[in-house]
Amino acid sequence: MSEKTIKFKIDGKEIQGKVGQTILEAAEEAGIYIPRLCHLKGITPHGSCRVCTVKVNGRPQTACTQPVVEGIEVENDTEEITEHRKNIIDMLFVEGNHFCMFCQKSGNCELQALAYRFGILAPKYPYQFPKRELDATHPDIFIDKNCCILCGRCVQTSKDIDGKNVFEFVGRGPEKQLAVNSKANLAGTDISVTDKAAEACPVGAIIKKQEGYAVPVGKRLYDIKPIGSEIENK
Amino acid sequence: MTKPKIATTSLAGCFGCHMSILDIDERILQLVELVDFDKSPVDDIKKFTGRCLVGIIEGGCCNEDNVHVLKYFRENCDVLIALGDCAINGCIPSMRNEIPLKECFDEAYKDGPTVYNPEGIIPNDPEIPLVLDRVYPCSEVVKIDYHLPGCPPNADIIWEALVALLNNKPLDLPYELVKYD
Repeated sequence: MSEKTIKFKIDGKEIQGKVGQTILEAAEEAGIYIPRLCHLKGITPHGSCRVCTVKVNGRPQTACTQPVVEGIEVENDTEEITEHRKNIIDMLFVEGNHFCMFCQKSGNCELQALAYRFGILAPKYPYQFPKRELDATHPDIFIDKNCCILCGRCVQTSKDIDGKNVFEFVGRGPEKQLAVNSKANLAGTDISVTDKAAEACPVGAIIKKQEGYAVPVGKRLYDIKPIGSEIENK
Repeated sequence: MTKPKIATTSLAGCFGCHMSILDIDERILQLVELVDFDKSPVDDIKKFTGRCLVGIIEGGCCNEDNVHVLKYFRENCDVLIALGDCAINGCIPSMRNEIPLKECFDEAYKDGPTVYNPEGIIPNDPEIPLVLDRVYPCSEVVKIDYHLPGCPPNADIIWEALVALLNNKPLDLPYELVKYD
């Protein structure tokens, strides 16, 4: 890959990216945070959550999959796009059963952190209260589908990094859900607690057992500082 | 000038949010200078004595009495605040929403491991409010003007919101006060 720089603009600010970089990566290097959920460093981005959507020359594109091109004008922190992102977060909250009050991931959860960052006090859509299952058969890890937002990070991580293919999606549309590669449940798979897939989940859907509530309230990842501030304050 | 009035109630909640109201500590002295309390568990006034500026609702609606009280508040208050996660999304009580009501009753009154109920009676006295098919967040029953999340909400967020509302100022909540847990 060549080291030639590519000049483009995000919200009017001149950014220098490298050939092969995505808008999200180039923005991050320049200290601009583009909110994201399904994106995880080390796995192939697939643009499924749409939270990182920006406007490139006026057209919506996912910043995690769109490569930088010379001279493009990217809109990121605008009222319209923020509204769009808040809608996605709202919908993800009402679509599942997100019981933050007792969730082990609370305070370190990326979905919750994005809602905090956007100042969402309550979702604007009616709650769906779907019936979802819990799989606590594995001795070290459990799956709580109530929280699952179908981002696919566990699926990709297990496939690309762990080389195990433990997770996959089944069903379509509203019936789409996370499934495991075994006859019955997670205990029947070859997942191990040291696998990267066990910590790939942005929400509380895949949790390591015996580690819950280790960090006190006030000292968790997003208690004081909003998600993305580590990039903005670089 | 007469002071504006505040009313509060706890529906399907645990009174934790009311405890959090009390957690404003000595600022409660400032609060009673700013407002009078009307119908509320704090002063045990059962019926509205007049129009209220603010109604603070803790808890969602799990039975018909909750619905009546919530509608009663909507009729008598200018502004309704859903205080805490139960009022906003049903919280812990709404965990039963994915279980059919009959299964909930059977577990509670017939099949539970510590239940002694040889005649298998499920309480049905007319005095007991009818349990709803599921727990409803307040905004599904009446219009809610403001939501203050938390389980319970931090005392500071309650204070900031009330002071902003009473002084007709926009509510600008600091990042660390808005929490869902």
